[in-house]
Amino acid sequence: MKRSLVLVVTAVAFTLTAAALHAGCPTKGVKELTGAGATFPYPLYSKMFAEYVKACNVKVNYQSIGSGGGIRQLQELTVDFGASDGIMDEKQKAEAKNGAVLHIPTVAGAEAIVYNLPGVQRGQLKLTPDVLADIYLKKIKTWSDGRIKAINPGVNLPSTDIAVVHRSDGSGTTFIFTNYLAKVSPEWKDKVGFATSVNWPGDVGGKGNEGVANSVQQIPGAIGYVELAYAKQNNMAWAQLKNKGGAFLEPSLESAALAADQPNLPDNMEVMVTDSANPKAYPLTGFTWLLVYENQKDPAKGEAVAQLAWWMIHEGQQYALPLEYAPLKGPALKKAEALVKKIKINGKPILN
Amino acid sequence: MQSEPQAIDRPFIQSGRSKASDVRVRNLGDRVFYVTARTLASCVIVLALLLVADLFRGAWESIRQFGLGFIVGTTWDPVARIFGTLPTIIGTLVKAAIGLLLAVPISIGAAVFITFYVPKWVRPIISYPIELLAGIPSIVFGLWGLFVMVPVIRTAQIWLKAHFGWFFLFDGPAVYGVGVLSGSVILAIMVIPIVTAISRDILLTVPRLQIEGMLALGATKWEAISKVALPYARVGLVGAVILGLGRAIGETMAITMVGGNAFTIIQSLFDPVHSMASQIASEFTEATYSLYVSSLIYVGLVLFGITICVSLLAQLLIWRLSKGKVAIFE
Repeated sequence: MKRSLVLVVTAVAFTLTAAALHAGCPTKGVKELTGAGATFPYPLYSKMFAEYVKACNVKVNYQSIGSGGGIRQLQELTVDFGASDGIMDEKQKAEAKNGAVLHIPTVAGAEAIVYNLPGVQRGQLKLTPDVLADIYLKKIKTWSDGRIKAINPGVNLPSTDIAVVHRSDGSGTTFIFTNYLAKVSPEWKDKVGFATSVNWPGDVGGKGNEGVANSVQQIPGAIGYVELAYAKQNNMAWAQLKNKGGAFLEPSLESAALAADQPNLPDNMEVMVTDSANPKAYPLTGFTWLLVYENQKDPAKGEAVAQLAWWMIHEGQQYALPLEYAPLKGPALKKAEALVKKIKINGKPILN
Repeated sequence: MQSEPQAIDRPFIQSGRSKASDVRVRNLGDRVFYVTARTLASCVIVLALLLVADLFRGAWESIRQFGLGFIVGTTWDPVARIFGTLPTIIGTLVKAAIGLLLAVPISIGAAVFITFYVPKWVRPIISYPIELLAGIPSIVFGLWGLFVMVPVIRTAQIWLKAHFGWFFLFDGPAVYGVGVLSGSVILAIMVIPIVTAISRDILLTVPRLQIEGMLALGATKWEAISKVALPYARVGLVGAVILGLGRAIGETMAITMVGGNAFTIIQSLFDPVHSMASQIASEFTEATYSLYVSSLIYVGLVLFGITICVSLLAQLLIWRLSKGKVAIFE
């Protein structure tokens, strides 16, 4: 009771500060901003930016050229902000020309493990992290394997070979998926590791969500991973995945949004929330970030970028759920706000 | 027979050359035109050289790291930062070769039929849809391939595996649908319109008199076509096939959709495998560190090299066919 009261009060406080900051959109004559990067949040960002130009009369040109491209353009100062599904590594940070880069989370996305097993409906198949990792390591080769049967009593599993399908294009989706496998399986971490594209032990690569989904739908016995929105729209059968707390969960935006609601979340939010410690969180979840220089060189542009980031993590959030993204909640939102407030001009924070 | 095309070509080219040198001094307008044309022509060459130089510059980090071992390397591991591209080279060449094997007989057959067997007024009715096919964007072929063709191929694969599984080409580890066979078939479909259209234009240049002469000597239509028309046109036909091969090797989007994109050295027609162009397109956007990007550009450089080799081989073939004529120097 007390806790919920505190929550309400903070929520109201946030809304008030948000409204105060937003009023009038003081943009000092900046009419245009450019950003580049991740493709995963592109549908949401284009909706957000279409609304932002109406609200604040600042046009945001966002090129969804991929996270790698977004990072490179930010390093070279050719854009006002970048966007990425992955965290910049130390070397990339060192190559950023304007110094420290803030990773501001905007939304989270979830991924579904989809399969093609005739007769096994959506949500009927259960998978544990170690079984999933061993399937992708090609150590478990058929659906009738004893370890799959043990966690799926009563499910009629065929003796079909498992056809493992992965993304062939470099993607944030793969980054989240492999990052999860590396967390739950030491062998995966040693042999394969995690990145936007890895050296897959098997079998078929599909281009984009559509490529993976299509291969899974056509090959009996196939398993793959796609963005939750894509699995929903195509009515694909997805598996329940066991999370860190031991609960079997179907992918959902609600459980994905809880992934960041865990203790020990770092202040800089440079964290992969896959395999979250929250007992109610779906484990295959990841943030997508805005990349912004902490020390802005151009006062007018710097202020406009800070305003935009603030708007995106507040007013912008209402567009997340309809487009199948999990909005920022609780501690994640609080830390994102603190990060936006760290954006400075000449050592002085822009928003206060 | 062989001397015929040369007899027609040569005087024209020679007179063209001497005229060019004449007009240069004759009047100002022609001189300006000559200089402009020459500048534009050298621009193309400079552009090609710049492209090579830039590829080298971009690939330099990877060249320094892996050297020529990159070409025979079989590991592509962005996590461990080890790159090699042999599987994709094999994948690209095998898919292009099988694609051409399927496409060339159909294309030349269609061209022969259009040129020699149908009445003149029917020609455009048959040619137009074929040329229309050439204008379809490759992503459309790719999506059609993925959603319509691949399931059909998969059914064929199951049948082939059941009946001819003893033959190594038809013995995949599993039947995925996407893979070498699907890739080759989609390439064949994409290459057919180009090769058909060019072959038809070339066959139309075969002098009617020669064929009629052959017929007058008592040859059958088949003999007239196979002994006169095709030999007369073969240099051009090889050229048409080479253009098709160029498209097959460089094809990116459609082959990405149906190729299966696994990084393995293929052992059968059913194996999924990456192509060089599709790998570059797929991974470039999310290549997050410089050696990764550089290695992808290196793949581009190797692809460029392969294209040049193939084109030179083709020139050699044409040269052998036409006994001493090298198209590149014409």
